[in-house]
Amino acid sequence: MAGPETVTTNSGHRGLDLAETLIFELDSPGRCGVDLEQAPDLPNRLGGLERTAPIGLPGLSEPQVIRHFVRLSRNNFAIDAGLYPLGSCTMKHNPRLNEKMARLPGFADLHPMQPVETVQGALELIDSLAEWLITLTGMPAVAMSPAAGAHGELCGLMTIRAALEAKGDAREVVLVPTSAHGTNPATAAICGYRIEQIPADERGRVDVAALKEKLGPRVAAIMLTNPNTCGLFENQIIEIAEAVHGVGAYFYCDGANFNAIMGKVRPGDLGIDCMHLNLHKTFSTPHGGGGPGSGPVVLAEALAPFAPLPMVVRDGDGLTLVEQKSEDLGTAGSFGRLKGFHGQMGMFVRALAFILSHGADGLRQASEDAVLNANYILARLQDLFSLSFPGPCMHEALFDDGFLKDTGVSTLDFAKAMIDEGFHPMTMYFPLVVSGAMLMEPTESESKASLDQFIASMRHLGQRALAGDSEFFAGAPYLAPYRRLDETQAARKPVLRWQPQAKEAAE
Amino acid sequence: MRYLPHTPADRQAMLAAIGVKNIDDLFADVPSQVLLDAPLDLPMHAGEMVVERALTAMAGRNMPMGSAASFLGAGAYRHHVPAAVDHLIQRSEFLTAYTPYQPEVSQGTLHYLFEFQTQVAMLTGMDVANASMYDGASACAEAVLMAHRVTKRDKAILCGGLHPHYREAAETAVQFIQFEIDARPADPDAFEDMAALIDGETACIVIQTPDLFGRLHDLRALAEAAHDKGALLVVVVTEVVSLGALTSPGEMGADIVVAEGQSIGNALNFGGPYLGLFATRQKYVRQMPGRLCGETVDEAGRRGYVLTLSTREQHIRREKATSNICTNSGLCALAFCIHLSLLGETGLRQLAQINHGRAVALADHLADLDGVEVLNDSFFNEFTVRLPRPAAEVVEDLVPRGILAGVPLSRLYPDNPAMADLLLVATTETNTDEDVAALINALREVL
Amino acid sequence: MSNIYFTEDHEWILVEGDIGTCGITEFAQEQLGDIVYVELPEAGREVVQNDEIAVVESVKAASELYAPVSGEVIESNDELTDDPAKVNVDAMGDGWFFKIRISAMDELENLMDKAAYDALVAGQS
Repeated sequence: MAGPETVTTNSGHRGLDLAETLIFELDSPGRCGVDLEQAPDLPNRLGGLERTAPIGLPGLSEPQVIRHFVRLSRNNFAIDAGLYPLGSCTMKHNPRLNEKMARLPGFADLHPMQPVETVQGALELIDSLAEWLITLTGMPAVAMSPAAGAHGELCGLMTIRAALEAKGDAREVVLVPTSAHGTNPATAAICGYRIEQIPADERGRVDVAALKEKLGPRVAAIMLTNPNTCGLFENQIIEIAEAVHGVGAYFYCDGANFNAIMGKVRPGDLGIDCMHLNLHKTFSTPHGGGGPGSGPVVLAEALAPFAPLPMVVRDGDGLTLVEQKSEDLGTAGSFGRLKGFHGQMGMFVRALAFILSHGADGLRQASEDAVLNANYILARLQDLFSLSFPGPCMHEALFDDGFLKDTGVSTLDFAKAMIDEGFHPMTMYFPLVVSGAMLMEPTESESKASLDQFIASMRHLGQRALAGDSEFFAGAPYLAPYRRLDETQAARKPVLRWQPQAKEAAE
Repeated sequence: MRYLPHTPADRQAMLAAIGVKNIDDLFADVPSQVLLDAPLDLPMHAGEMVVERALTAMAGRNMPMGSAASFLGAGAYRHHVPAAVDHLIQRSEFLTAYTPYQPEVSQGTLHYLFEFQTQVAMLTGMDVANASMYDGASACAEAVLMAHRVTKRDKAILCGGLHPHYREAAETAVQFIQFEIDARPADPDAFEDMAALIDGETACIVIQTPDLFGRLHDLRALAEAAHDKGALLVVVVTEVVSLGALTSPGEMGADIVVAEGQSIGNALNFGGPYLGLFATRQKYVRQMPGRLCGETVDEAGRRGYVLTLSTREQHIRREKATSNICTNSGLCALAFCIHLSLLGETGLRQLAQINHGRAVALADHLADLDGVEVLNDSFFNEFTVRLPRPAAEVVEDLVPRGILAGVPLSRLYPDNPAMADLLLVATTETNTDEDVAALINALREVL
Repeated sequence: MSNIYFTEDHEWILVEGDIGTCGITEFAQEQLGDIVYVELPEAGREVVQNDEIAVVESVKAASELYAPVSGEVIESNDELTDDPAKVNVDAMGDGWFFKIRISAMDELENLMDKAAYDALVAGQS
């Protein structure tokens, strides 16, 4: 009997796996997927700048366009389809109610420059979400405009720098642990700070003694992720905060892992001065294949006057937007504007829909379940896999490639084999503090049955690796839409766009 | 709680498997004095109907543009988005995927990003484009930083017609590094000779066309002047549909083009999320910020795509990265890509002609009103008019009549009295003849 | 006495007269994996020992090269720009990065000889 690998097809399709070319190669010049009215017949006022050269866009009908993108979509793994345990990314369920609410014309069809009395409901929504974030974090203020987590970091560090400059002491150094996200040092550099690294201790936490040695009047801030990127709570965090404040520096917390502690711990109680929240992680706004995100930043009292513009403030019975620096409105100290208009409104609506659905009790339960799920994976894999640091962990479990030593199987190979088992790989090779990191974050969205199936597959693969079947791993994935892609070729001779001549050559 | 799968029995079984008694044993690392023992004092969980009612009530306290005769622009434009776009971007496989770090199971995202990059490069007339940025204003700030890296010079000149949000975003981005911004004053009545300002210290000159006031600029001489002095020409486009009617910035000699892509495929959303477009010349590609998708092959020899040149990015380069940016605007880029695929060459050009034609007609109507002056000689779908009284008041007066008349320039320049009587008016294919008649009649009454 | 020296950053310099030819070591190229890009200094550039002078990138990593000694760059290996894989094939030969006219020969004393470098690598692998 013929196996799947021996069957070839005339079309290039393989059953439901439909091959699809680039949209530019489907072109029929003159065809159009929209019906438009005639343009008014008036002399143009384009000042002699009317386009003469063709753009080069392909012409397609609506059914062709739909088919094209539906076929493409089927080559993607998605949280809606299966477990997506990417550590530090929080791939949780994205409720469809969020999408429905964001599309209400009263939110989606608002222009950012409408008179404020015509957008009171929108400002109320931003204000309500801000109140929830303030209460959940125990911090007195929040800047809503940052467009993503890294943008929130930028916002946080700029706020800190502005506050220090206002005291006439900008300082030089930002301390960052070796386990930090790459965005942390990149952000500090843009704020004109030099980075000094703090080592981790043998328990995967900040080495507090080493930190204290580095603290001093040169230090502007520390940037710390908590729970940290090893999935562990920094249990000496209060001591760290006191030491940081003792030298007049600020404590920036990367809130990427807030999903572990909603309603369990308030960052404000830990001595944190400033923290961004990723609405696209913790509050279920969709990742969308890489954005858009949203990264509000909660701020301590001392930093609030330096927050970015614009801000939503109460004005008599209503709400208004402060878009300029103003002594009267308390924004004179603002460090400036980060982006156009007022923030990621579409993401705010989704996040608030998620928050209202969960409520105070549900958010707390979600964090508890996220932590429970990660510890369940940790407990069920730790005899076979190499656990990097002893548990309990928070919302993600970190293993390394120690158990693969001498098997000829790398973390990358192992990850690719997981694809054939029907799971998205965990985060690989991050954090950098352990060798061949495997960072697994199941989130609260997974049922016990789903976790049991995942654990069984992981154990199966682990045993197969230990049995020395490295060739199998080196070739994986076998069952994905594509086999391994050649990243070296892509980087050595970058082809970053389709070119018309490529089409002619193919014909 | 409908989003949480565990039953109490599941939780007990899992705690037992872990070997702990209760959930707080897993929070043992949290200092006990800060561990909360009860939910915060906030509303408890709620069903779909309750949440929907609350949010719909908030939405109801707004005046959507579609419920009014609306003429607002200034960097955000109401265009018709075909139904197919919103359907496709809500497919689970696009909506609920992460950044395509595992290319074997992310070809859907990577494939459209490659198409998107190609579309943006074509529209702007440039060699290459990235996989998108947060929005036009933040892309503009990134362009200034890139010019700083390429030229190793420390000054940018921003033209007076640059959208104030773009200017402010650029000023914010460089305020803590050794870099100077020379932001020229805004003057809707005159043009400054920008070429004369460029010197040997200039990293780039940033010019918007159509500019904030709607005026179009021929950039060829300016490009030449910049290049003569070793500076880059950064061109900003806030209404990307205009590129269907206008000579592209690339043809006029731009080195970097940044644009707001919201107009194609994306709703207004009260200002975000939007879509930053970023394109440049091939020779500068390694200095470009943001994600890039590139073509390659898989082991079976099939053409496929991967994220590439990622050594420019923060997760590898850390403090030496070209930018701290991590996410792009993936789903907004997909909406753009689908809408532009539906439009195609003929559709986009036709759409641009409709926008322009409607604006020409509206400008003529407005110019016929007593005391109203259209300032622009040239424009695409937006222009500036001088009214006989403060524009903000006129806009307020028209709200009760169901008309959003435009953006009063005093909103963007509150400290500049010369802007008080100026109104920025935009029109697109979504405006009907009835909208125009309503605006003209209402202005006749209140002016 | 051999005329090849090594740095802690896994670079080598082969000294002939007052000219040093520099590159990355076999160990470094193995650690980086497939080299996809190099950025080379322009001839004529004056450098001080330990200045950043070049960049080497693989798919997943980027590293700076530091000037092993002070001097003037007299030539770069432009063939690497088109074919960076040469570094993988022959790191200590055809895969050289740049040549430098050494201005302070005594700085060579700060560098390692082959035996010391081999010991360093043995400790790291």
